Amino acid sequence: MWYWFHRFASPAYFYRFAGKAIPWLATLTGLLLLAGLYGGLVLAPADYQQGDSYRIIFIHVPSAWMSLFIYVVMATAGGIGLIWHIKLAEVIAACSAPIGASFTFIALATGSLWGKPMWGTWWVWDARLTSELILLFLYFGVIALQSAGEDKRTASRASAILALVGVINIPIIHFSVEWWNTLHQGATVSKMGAPSIHTSMLVPLLIMALACKFYYATSLLMRARVELLEREHNSNWIREALKNHE
Amino acid sequence: MNNLAEFFHMGGYALYVWGAYGLATVVLSYDLIAPSWRLRGLKRRLALRHTHADSVSQP
Repeated sequence: MWYWFHRFASPAYFYRFAGKAIPWLATLTGLLLLAGLYGGLVLAPADYQQGDSYRIIFIHVPSAWMSLFIYVVMATAGGIGLIWHIKLAEVIAACSAPIGASFTFIALATGSLWGKPMWGTWWVWDARLTSELILLFLYFGVIALQSAGEDKRTASRASAILALVGVINIPIIHFSVEWWNTLHQGATVSKMGAPSIHTSMLVPLLIMALACKFYYATSLLMRARVELLEREHNSNWIREALKNHE
Repeated sequence: MNNLAEFFHMGGYALYVWGAYGLATVVLSYDLIAPSWRLRGLKRRLALRHTHADSVSQP
């Protein structure tokens, strides 16, 4: 187990592994996206209250889930890098930030596009929306710290500390719809008991969520390869890899 | 699909629904393409530096 872990965490091995895994992950992401979009936009019936506008859910909710999930991965990887000085963990944290920011932005923007026809407004300063906006700023902060300063490792440590402090925001976002009176609707899928959503809508939603997970994996590995190349450019394995066009 | 126009119409919410999906497509496509641009520049720089280093280290 430890042997395997060490081998996997070695930048050279990870670089090669990522190069092989990316095409597979990308294909899987594409297939899941096609299936999820077809199920959500074509097969699923219109909502009896919201008509077709509810179809934004199939991109809005998975993006919002990803914004939280990636943040937790980023903070955890940052923490591991901070404590055990594992290079790969720092790389994972650094590369997760822009992807997480993208999903957070999509969650906010699609929510806005959904809010306009349903609530009559693009934006309200309610608990759920505001805490998600703070999440976007936390991502921006982490990205800014990553690119600040000459030394990548110092930058990684600084951004890991910010990411770990910002974890407090995650439960706030999740429970905001219960703790405060908000315009945002409560949870439909993860609440206790059966989800209050019909199977014909739930299945494409879960497929889209899975597609977003695989999208994240694909994008993360692509970014991690570039980041490793940049950080390790003087080491021999990079020279070998470049010569072999890996 | 017997009614393609209806599909694109989205029950009158076309602007919002397609706007949301279009926006997500743009953001995620950029997210995927951006690192490969960075990679290309980086590879070119490293290749130059490595060939330079090789020629210097040879007697």
